[in-house]
Amino acid sequence: MSDTPKIEVSRRGFLKGAGLTAATTVIESASALARDAKEAMQPDRSVGPDAVPVKLHVNGQEHTVTIEPRYTLAETLRDHLGLTGTKVVCDRGSCSACTVWLDGTPALACMTLGIDAVGRKITTIEGLTQGAEMHPVQVAFVKHDAMQCGFCTPGMVMTCAALLERNHDPKLADVKHAVSGNLCRCGTYPKVFAATLDVAQQHQRAAYLLTLNPAKEA
Amino acid sequence: MAPEIVLAAQEQQQSTQPKSVKKGVEGEAKPTREAEKKDEQTPTAAKSTATRTETFVFGIPQNGLTKKERQVPLDEPPPLAQNSELKYIGKPTPRYDGMAKATGRGKYTADIQLPGMLYARMVDATIPHGRITSVDTSAAEALPGVKAIHVIEHTFGIAALRDPKQEAPSKYPVIRYAGQPIAAVAATSPQIASDAAALIKVTYDRMPFVVDKQDARAPDAPTVFPGPADAEGSAGGGGGPKNVPQVGNVHGPERKKVGDVDKGFSEADAVVEGEYFTQVQTHSALETHGFVVDWKPEEVTVYASTQGTASVRDEFAEVFKLPKSQVRVITEFMGGGFGAKFGAGNEGVVAAHLSRKAKLPVKLMLDRKQEHIVCNRPDSHQKLKIGAKKDGTLTAISLTSYGTAGVGTGAGTAGPATNLYKCPNLLTEEYDVFINAGPGAAFRAPGHPQGCFAFEQAIDELAVKLDMDPMDLRDKIDESPTRRVERKIIRERTNWKTRKAAGVDTGPVKRGMGIAQSVWYRFINMDSSCEVRVSRDGSVEIMSSVQDLGTGTKTLLAIVVAEEFGISPADVVIRIGDTRYPIGPNSGGSVTAGSITPAVRNASYQARQKLFAAAAPKLSTTADNLEMRGGKVVFKNDESKSYSLKQIAAKMPTSEISARVTRGPEYAKERITYGGVDYVELAVDTETGRVHIEKVFGAHDCGRPINPLGVISQINGGILQGISYALFEDRVMDRKQGYMLNANLENYKIIGAREVPEIEIELVENYIAQSSTDAAGIGESAGIITLAAAIGNAFYNATGVRMRKIPMTPANVLAALGRVSQEETA
Repeated sequence: MSDTPKIEVSRRGFLKGAGLTAATTVIESASALARDAKEAMQPDRSVGPDAVPVKLHVNGQEHTVTIEPRYTLAETLRDHLGLTGTKVVCDRGSCSACTVWLDGTPALACMTLGIDAVGRKITTIEGLTQGAEMHPVQVAFVKHDAMQCGFCTPGMVMTCAALLERNHDPKLADVKHAVSGNLCRCGTYPKVFAATLDVAQQHQRAAYLLTLNPAKEA
Repeated sequence: MAPEIVLAAQEQQQSTQPKSVKKGVEGEAKPTREAEKKDEQTPTAAKSTATRTETFVFGIPQNGLTKKERQVPLDEPPPLAQNSELKYIGKPTPRYDGMAKATGRGKYTADIQLPGMLYARMVDATIPHGRITSVDTSAAEALPGVKAIHVIEHTFGIAALRDPKQEAPSKYPVIRYAGQPIAAVAATSPQIASDAAALIKVTYDRMPFVVDKQDARAPDAPTVFPGPADAEGSAGGGGGPKNVPQVGNVHGPERKKVGDVDKGFSEADAVVEGEYFTQVQTHSALETHGFVVDWKPEEVTVYASTQGTASVRDEFAEVFKLPKSQVRVITEFMGGGFGAKFGAGNEGVVAAHLSRKAKLPVKLMLDRKQEHIVCNRPDSHQKLKIGAKKDGTLTAISLTSYGTAGVGTGAGTAGPATNLYKCPNLLTEEYDVFINAGPGAAFRAPGHPQGCFAFEQAIDELAVKLDMDPMDLRDKIDESPTRRVERKIIRERTNWKTRKAAGVDTGPVKRGMGIAQSVWYRFINMDSSCEVRVSRDGSVEIMSSVQDLGTGTKTLLAIVVAEEFGISPADVVIRIGDTRYPIGPNSGGSVTAGSITPAVRNASYQARQKLFAAAAPKLSTTADNLEMRGGKVVFKNDESKSYSLKQIAAKMPTSEISARVTRGPEYAKERITYGGVDYVELAVDTETGRVHIEKVFGAHDCGRPINPLGVISQINGGILQGISYALFEDRVMDRKQGYMLNANLENYKIIGAREVPEIEIELVENYIAQSSTDAAGIGESAGIITLAAAIGNAFYNATGVRMRKIPMTPANVLAALGRVSQEETA
């Protein structure tokens, strides 16, 4: 049960847990996203209440899932795609545990319908890890022990990673502001701040070194 | 005199422990002074097995370490050196499952998906008190996708009438609180389960109800029970005294008496007296209570969000009359418990009924609203009086407290008053008041945050009256050497020396500082077993059913094993949270580290000794010539002969060597309490009533710290939960309708990132030479006990006004400052 987690989890591994829905996967392309978005926007097209097949672009791959229009994105990811890293805590938009990125912007998966995510680039906590390489924010969370029970952690990581995407040099107040919607009951906040600021400092140092030695960039 | 105090401490033990572990817990919590005298009378390891004499490092480094001789069973390892001389123990170590948590790959109970699994949904009572006249499930049954429905016949977690005949028998349990589970439905999707739950029609005969504790104490109040009722130490711990008097809803008192308080007060030069009020706090773990049950004829597999895999197995076996060998409980990742998650609970039992009926696995996770109702920390109304001599010596303490654990008991608050300081005359009377609300449960240091809020503020008030520095007063009355060191650290490293007189700031924003102290107890759960296995390739595993709630148990065990084998903690494989492994302790009352780590170290030691014995002949030496040094196996008589664990393991004649160990008794019982001191700096805006915590400095003790990184995380958590309790959290009941108004996370406010102050923590190493690791838990004594009191004391220092009521919301603060009337805040 408790094997040391190794990072090489295949996409197939993620999908295996789903069980209920046959999901097909192809590599996405920008044009496919645009096409799906256009289809979804057809004003005369009404769907539901029965389940309908939709294409979702999750973590760089396209999945076809059959969902009722009332299913939230969080339910769709968790129950239909086996992507259970996205946690549901309050299920009404007050805790941010279910934070994912839609087109790179943090969004609450419990407040977003699955069908409303069609044509958008969905990134979940699982998608932050590139192959065997964890995102720097994930690495820093482990290093600083920015977690205890870990249930808020994926949402925290998504929020902090998004902050660093839009602000390369955040200060403590910026981090506090960014995660002000992410609730943690174990009290990991101080270490979440430390981890995020650590990554920012590393970025700053790296940027500084690159300026000193532009040749290295190539 | 001693017996009463011993009783008091034993009660603390019961209120913290789930009933299933009580038998295995050594009853050793007594005030230090009593235990020290009686040590020689206490049975310890020396009395029962063959032993050898070992010399242990002893004491607190700041005071200078000394040596202590102990009798140690022959099969236990030699004493550990102090942390600074060890390779892994005491060194900050990243969380063993940190990567799994940071990448979202850790599978919690809520994440479990099994082939064909159904999703279940509870149907809850919509009235606070009454009798069910009918439950019509026909419409729900007809809904496509519905696979099973279960109507509850016995509700767990509610106090039971001493004489059940006082209530007319009925097919359905009496409804005693809004939100009480009535039935559940399992369907092929969560959405269908919700639809079906809404189709179940329940009709009631309503009965009068009461949800306000003050109202419930009135002689003519509606009664929650028609006669005296007692709560079993519920699955979530808790449970108050039994067979105490009960009049109406008022259950108690449980009375503890030492000396003569009247005489004590007559001898006092100064007396302080006050009434204090604390609110109901809900646990609000982010992962709700929940289970996935896969009922198969040959074995029932239960995935549980629990603090005690063993407690879940025990209750499933008991409720369903199954042999324990046919119940398997698994908790690999767990999203927070804080005291409320033990045993099967209503949701576990219901999920099992549904799985058995549907012949399919069933997942039942409570929703957020249900999570707020299933468990809470009881409130309190305390009347406290303390008498002291001019020099601070306490002469008498009297405490009367009323608290409500809803339909349960366990609202006592006397722990700090009884056990923090020496006082020859003590009288405590604790009452539970039943109301029609969800049951209380053990919650991080049961009774202590409430008790400390009153008691440590009263001690500060006494210091003012005696014109003493609050630290000096505590130096006078506190016998704990650890807290003395902790106070010294705080004096030296905070702004304490610049502390001003109370309320001297002239502007609208006033700043102050204050301290408060905690006490908790060294509980040991003897059901602490594990197996350590070494394979011929040199890989090492440790197995136990003990679970990791997020406290870092996995990491702790990895470090202890690593130290013994000279390998990195990351190279130890930790297999815990599964009752197929040797049964480990349930995690409540800070028992886990102190209970399981000695078993794990002893098993590692024994496995290593077996390995040496097996490998020695192939190295042409004897086992006693081999030892671990600097991560290598070396010859004692020839240091040039040095091998890695892998090289030694390769010489094993069999493919594996293992040792299975159950924890032995303590070597001695001198040290029986732990404690910390927390310092707070805050600002009070006297115009808006907002309290802003600016800095917390905590000095804490958990025996020998095994992983300081994890311990500090846990103390941060205790401090922040303590601030949250002191300033924000409050269960609000609708007095007219009888249900919880704010059962969500936007109106039930818990601390968020922007309210987090600067936190600094100093860990005090404290070697007690009572087990092979000297480790102890920190869950209870970390911050949660002290913060409300420390904030209260700092508030007084800032404003000159004493806050006797929490949460310190702007409304309550403005009322205390006389800016608005008390009625406006009611």
